[in-house]
Amino acid sequence: MSRWILGFVCSLWAYAQTAPIAFVGARLVPVEGAEIADGTLVVEGGRIVAIGPTSAVTAPRGARRVDAKGKVIMPGLVDSHSHIGGPEGADASAALQPDVRILDALDVRDTRIQKAQAGGITTVNVMPGSGHVLSGQTLYLKLRDGRVIDDLLIKLPDGRIAGGLKMANGTNPRRGGVFPGTRGKTMAMARDLYIKGQEYREKIRAANGDQSKMPARDLRLEAIVEVLDGKRTVHHHTHRHDDILSVLRLQKEFGFKLVLQHVTDGWMVADEIAKSGLPASVIVLDSPGGKEEARNMSFTNAGVLDKAGVLVGFHTDDGVTDSRLFLRSAALGVRGGMSREKALYAMTLANAKMLELDSRVGSLKAGKDADFIVLSGDPLSVYTKVLETWVDGVKVFDRTVEKDRRYAEGGEGSAERQSELHMHESEEVDQ
Amino acid sequence: MKRLMVLTAALAGAAFAENIAVRGDVVYTMAGAPVKNGVVLISNGKIERVTTGAAPSGYRVMAAKVVTPGLVDAHGTLGLTGYLNQNADQDQVERSAPMQPELRAIDAYNARERLIEWVRGFGTTTVHTGHSPDILVSGQTMIVKTRGRTAEEAAIVREAMVAATLGPGARESGNKAPGTRSKAIAMLRAEFVKAQEYRNKKEKTRDLRTETFARVLAGELPLLVTVHRANDIVSAIRVGKEFGIRMVLDGAAEAPLVMEEIKASGYAVVLHPTMYRSGGETANISFETAAKLKAAGIPFALQTGFEGYVPKVRVILFEAAVAAGHGLKFDDALASVTIDAARLLGVANRVGSLEAGKDADVAMYDGDPFEYTTHCTGVLIDGVEMSSQAR
Repeated sequence: MSRWILGFVCSLWAYAQTAPIAFVGARLVPVEGAEIADGTLVVEGGRIVAIGPTSAVTAPRGARRVDAKGKVIMPGLVDSHSHIGGPEGADASAALQPDVRILDALDVRDTRIQKAQAGGITTVNVMPGSGHVLSGQTLYLKLRDGRVIDDLLIKLPDGRIAGGLKMANGTNPRRGGVFPGTRGKTMAMARDLYIKGQEYREKIRAANGDQSKMPARDLRLEAIVEVLDGKRTVHHHTHRHDDILSVLRLQKEFGFKLVLQHVTDGWMVADEIAKSGLPASVIVLDSPGGKEEARNMSFTNAGVLDKAGVLVGFHTDDGVTDSRLFLRSAALGVRGGMSREKALYAMTLANAKMLELDSRVGSLKAGKDADFIVLSGDPLSVYTKVLETWVDGVKVFDRTVEKDRRYAEGGEGSAERQSELHMHESEEVDQ
Repeated sequence: MKRLMVLTAALAGAAFAENIAVRGDVVYTMAGAPVKNGVVLISNGKIERVTTGAAPSGYRVMAAKVVTPGLVDAHGTLGLTGYLNQNADQDQVERSAPMQPELRAIDAYNARERLIEWVRGFGTTTVHTGHSPDILVSGQTMIVKTRGRTAEEAAIVREAMVAATLGPGARESGNKAPGTRSKAIAMLRAEFVKAQEYRNKKEKTRDLRTETFARVLAGELPLLVTVHRANDIVSAIRVGKEFGIRMVLDGAAEAPLVMEEIKASGYAVVLHPTMYRSGGETANISFETAAKLKAAGIPFALQTGFEGYVPKVRVILFEAAVAAGHGLKFDDALASVTIDAARLLGVANRVGSLEAGKDADVAMYDGDPFEYTTHCTGVLIDGVEMSSQAR
């Protein structure tokens, strides 16, 4: 194919993406701002360009008009803790491995990514497992249709790839051998690493830009310095009330950005969490137990934390819960006493804030990325279907397409890539 | 003395089982059309009748938007698998030998397990529980009410089925048998051949294992075969037909691929939990299988299954809800966790519907039971109020 033809095809593609589309007559749940019973959403060039009551929004000239009457449109869901794509992180050689990046392991052809799109998830924090005190660097992804991992990455203004750092305490990393054998040891090992990180940062600062005075590169401590500098958020797996407080203690000592993950006993120490000002990403499970530290699981957790003033999000922890049923978490939160508005906020903007992506995703607002989902009915109803999922103004899931429908419902042809599935079960099931 | 004990028991029963009228904006009796403004009249732990309008005097009135029969979970491991998930509270599978049908569920059921109270709070009143999948023949199952201080008090059928597994779940590790699918089937067939010989013997030396297989052979205990892949389902049916035993297909993730064979076998299906995880032999699992079984006219019920991690127990109400959200009609979804489950388990004479003479097992809700945001507001078992905390 000549360069000329290739160029032509590319420009056509770009045109398809940038032509404005107006979704007219939908019930809009913008998350930021009140619901609009009869609303219009206009997207163009991968961004939201207008949102409001149908009577007040004029679709731009040349816009493709989509009749969305009877449908509900809300922001694409943001999942602040998932394991889709087979995110192998740290291995069994050490308890703290901040140099390990799941960027180097993720399989974008894992069908669980399509299943997450089918569940309405458009942005996700994919993390390595919780069997380590520190299991590696996480990735914040946009669930675009991609051939290679680069297609899903989020580039930050400073050129770095968006992502956090996964840590854990409680029973999971408490394995003996090179791993800690007790809770006290877990926290001592974590503190020791952060102190080394502080010292490393001091050496870098002392060099004051003089390359000859710089310390030798240390991939492990470089990641810790990013954390200490507030450039990388720690996502800390923690369940039991005292473990949660240990994490808050660690955070206070070293002053890093932190999201509490799982937070099963959060309702017991809600005031302490609120006082810390730190957010909580909560998991909802169908029953208590299954592991000792999940014995106090309660549907009331999210509501109690929210009322105490904590920024609360939900997550799937996929494969612990299924990405296609993510909205169920919000609904069970409401069942447990959380307000409907806060529950939907917890699925979108709250998680976007925890990932520091709230300027781009998490609500329907002019200027933000055109990440949204079209639903057949109320977001919290068991009978509602995700009909379409859009990322950057591109439709990545369409229930009327047979292949996509199969991902949504399952059945023959919807299977995971088996090569990844069995070997790394411990990494995948993280809860 | 014996008479005195019976009298005491009767008095105690009467003291607990008061006269109750459960009023519902809608009462799903599962024996005919839903009754608007229905009233379920209960005395002595049994349902007197279902009527409409005001409750007669002498009854304590309980009211709810929606009233259903207490839910029946067609297969789980409740009471054998404790919520802490430590070695000390896990009694669902014994690994010393691949076939131990003589293991009774009643000898392992912990009536005070905390998860019993948990599932009861969501309307579950009857559970078919016992030894789990993951070994060729794990042991027996029983049917319990989610009440009672002891296994004896909880049990309504002490020996219900014999639990078996075919496919990769039956495989032993290392050099132990069975190591393949074919070997597992060969071992199972050998046991039934032995049981046939045992049956024909005039003088029998007691042998708990062969005795149990002989009871399966006699049709007294169905074989509950956990099996997921299409070829394994067909293999299970082949064995069942060879020995003419009663069989229930359990799990059956790939049932949609062999619908005709299942239908022709006449075997019922206790379908995997709707939200069961996909992977390995359940890679092709689908949310829509319940709806497909219904459309094919295959008798089935839903189950909570066995979970080795979190959530330690599933809730049958939620599994039915997701099936209802994926093509199974509301009435059919409700039937799959009430009357259809009761029939499949052979206890429909006592539970599964709100009809005169049946046990007064009732669940109450403040809305559509399947909506995630609805609460279960009350549960009665044998006419005794077990839970009134909205959950």
